[in-house]
Amino acid sequence: MLLDSLFNGVAIGSVLLVSALGLAIVFGLMGVINLAHGELMMLGAYTTYVTQLIFKLPLLKPYYNGYVIVSIFFAFIVSGVVGILLEKTVIRKLYGSPLETLLATWGVSLILQQFVRSVPLAYGTGLVISLIIGLFLPSVFSSKVKESINFKYLKFSSWIFAVLAGVLSGNLISSSVSKLSRASARNVDVTAPAWMRGQIEILGTAFPKTRLMIIIITLISVIAITLFLNQSAWGMRIRAVTQNREMSDCLGISTEKVDVLTFGIGSGLAGVAGVAVSLLGSVGPNVGGNYIVGCFMVVVLGGVGNLLGTIFASFGIGIMTDLIGAGRLLSIWPDMPLPLFNTINFFATTSMARVMIFALIVIFLQFKPTGLFPQKGRMVES
Amino acid sequence: MGQLPNLNEFMRISRRILAGLATASLAVTVTSCGGGSDTSGSFDDTVTVGILHSLSGTMAISESTLVDTEKMAIKEINAAGGVTVGGKSYKIDYIVEDGASDWPTFAEKSKKLIDQDGVPVVFGGWTSASRKAMLPVYESKDAFLYYPIQYEAQECSNNIFYTGASPNQQSEPATDFMYKRSPAAGKPFFLVGSDYVFPRTSNTITKEQLKSLGGKVVGEDYLPLGNTEVAPIISKIKKALAPSGGGVIINTLNGDQNVAFFKQIQDAGITPSNGYYVMNYSIAEEEISTIGPEFLEGHYGAWNYMMSIDTPESKKFAADFKALYGSDRVVADPQESAYNMVYLWKQAVEDAGTFENSAVREALVGQTFDAPQGPVEVMPNHHLAQTVRIGLIKPEGGFEILEETDGVVFPQAWNQFEPSSKGYACDWTDPSKGERYKL
Repeated sequence: MLLDSLFNGVAIGSVLLVSALGLAIVFGLMGVINLAHGELMMLGAYTTYVTQLIFKLPLLKPYYNGYVIVSIFFAFIVSGVVGILLEKTVIRKLYGSPLETLLATWGVSLILQQFVRSVPLAYGTGLVISLIIGLFLPSVFSSKVKESINFKYLKFSSWIFAVLAGVLSGNLISSSVSKLSRASARNVDVTAPAWMRGQIEILGTAFPKTRLMIIIITLISVIAITLFLNQSAWGMRIRAVTQNREMSDCLGISTEKVDVLTFGIGSGLAGVAGVAVSLLGSVGPNVGGNYIVGCFMVVVLGGVGNLLGTIFASFGIGIMTDLIGAGRLLSIWPDMPLPLFNTINFFATTSMARVMIFALIVIFLQFKPTGLFPQKGRMVES
Repeated sequence: MGQLPNLNEFMRISRRILAGLATASLAVTVTSCGGGSDTSGSFDDTVTVGILHSLSGTMAISESTLVDTEKMAIKEINAAGGVTVGGKSYKIDYIVEDGASDWPTFAEKSKKLIDQDGVPVVFGGWTSASRKAMLPVYESKDAFLYYPIQYEAQECSNNIFYTGASPNQQSEPATDFMYKRSPAAGKPFFLVGSDYVFPRTSNTITKEQLKSLGGKVVGEDYLPLGNTEVAPIISKIKKALAPSGGGVIINTLNGDQNVAFFKQIQDAGITPSNGYYVMNYSIAEEEISTIGPEFLEGHYGAWNYMMSIDTPESKKFAADFKALYGSDRVVADPQESAYNMVYLWKQAVEDAGTFENSAVREALVGQTFDAPQGPVEVMPNHHLAQTVRIGLIKPEGGFEILEETDGVVFPQAWNQFEPSSKGYACDWTDPSKGERYKL
């Protein structure tokens, strides 16, 4: 009973956490209010769908069981690349002006929604493939090659190659997977492979496997991002830039590169979250909108700029949702006084639990406006 | 991203060209079909009707199927010589307006259709919220709205004609079936729905009905619209129904929430093989194929029309629709309802001999029509007497019809299980009775 409740809380919390993790970096560390975060998740979810269909082709059919794992990497790359493009074209010019960023990213979110509605997914995939090649092909060549020919030409020719590759792959996918060749505003469905469906019994309690899978995805993402930020050289640079941009710039860190990288990683994590949520519900243009408010709520509650706070806030909200929404308190303490019982019983529905949790968060933020774990140090003053 | 708007633009233009081509080919078919009858495609005059559904936004997917069906009905009527009023034959023309899934827009576009375009009738709406927004417009202008969706009733307007099921034509027979004759007969009920007016009203009725049947409701929960986190609901269902080894779940969730719900209850072991049976009021053929029949197999649905009805009328309706819009398309209850209302309007207008609202309203009551679902009849409360069917969802999609009522079920605008409306009825043919009178 208690185990069941704890698991449910952790399961709800891990969906919140995995979807908020990317935002914790983009909004938390960089201070960018990215309203297109939900749409980057949506792209991840659609990537899962496309990967699933591609793995149904005769050539890849034997590996179908593994498509979810593969789609995690694909989704990270797709959302990451779209995020990088977003940073390079829109957000870079708007650092330090939150209101304009808010409007611009909202606009981007509408564009992305409409894009998946009105462009056949096969060509969408082709477009993303050409973006990936165009952005990364020039950096593959060694600096020797770059010096020997004019870098501009190299960049230009690789974009030509990228466009060709994109058109080709788009046509290839559209001719081999008929479901992807037509534009559709209809929601699509990701079906988990057989080994991920059903439930598994641990200590006498049955747990749904998809939920466990999401918890594992979340755990791995959190560990990977923590290691990256704290152990790698780039991670150190990211932390340095977020703490003091001017000083880092003076010390020779390319803040421009750091910004692109940070935003790319944050967006990529949104893609991973998209894979996770596609296992739970359907995939549609509006899927991101369902999660964006929750993401901001978690990041703000946890304390902007603090990964640990985001983790605590997600699980806190998850466990509270389950405790209040499923009426657990009533079964834990059955003979509580009647007025209290009635009050708790009144809030023991999913919609009322949501109201209650928002109310609690608002009250909490009255007393601790900087969240659970406020960032200490110089960043706060800036 | 730079080429994005261009691409969109391109799509729009190409779609416009396609639409143009489609209209052209449609026009050709109309004339060629008309050639068979003596009117030979030439009409004395034209009457323009209004079609008002969401063509954009979240409801567009569902509502656009109604537009397709209404156009099909109009096309058929025109091909058969149009509407004959006062010895003159009229070709039906239509103006399609987009309600944009936004309820005030429905009211605004209604005003436009009535005042500016002067249409005698509007076929439109899907959600109860859109109907509630439109109702005052039609009442104040004494115009007429034909509304094709199964709904919670507790409403009876002189200016709306409801061709969808009222609760006693859907949920009541369904509850009765689940409690008495389903594999989970006699087991407790759990009610799940999206948090808005239809599920809440429908569940109030179900609770009252079960009380009188002697059944037990062990829980109910509502998911806020736009929220797909169903984990707390699932643990509640398990806690409530597991002690009795399963039970009945009445589901009135909306749209994508169904996908999340069915995927996750299957993972949690809430399946027919474990003794849990879900009765659905918002899942028709279209939704079965979107959600995936592998998640719905073995659960139930209740409708007036199901595509698997094995009559020539039903088969013709499905075949005509597929011929017009593509072989992968399906027809479902809301579409059949939309189809019927266009024909019923035509008959009423012809009987009245005028497009004038008050006369058409009088002529409408008592109209009968051999609909794809079987014969239907317009009742004095502006609702439709129709057959009710219970279906089992098949592994390959669609319903296997388990039961159908013996003849039509008469609609109740005011529910007889709900205490606030018990003992009331609606009759627009008798001026002394009207919207709500005591039986």
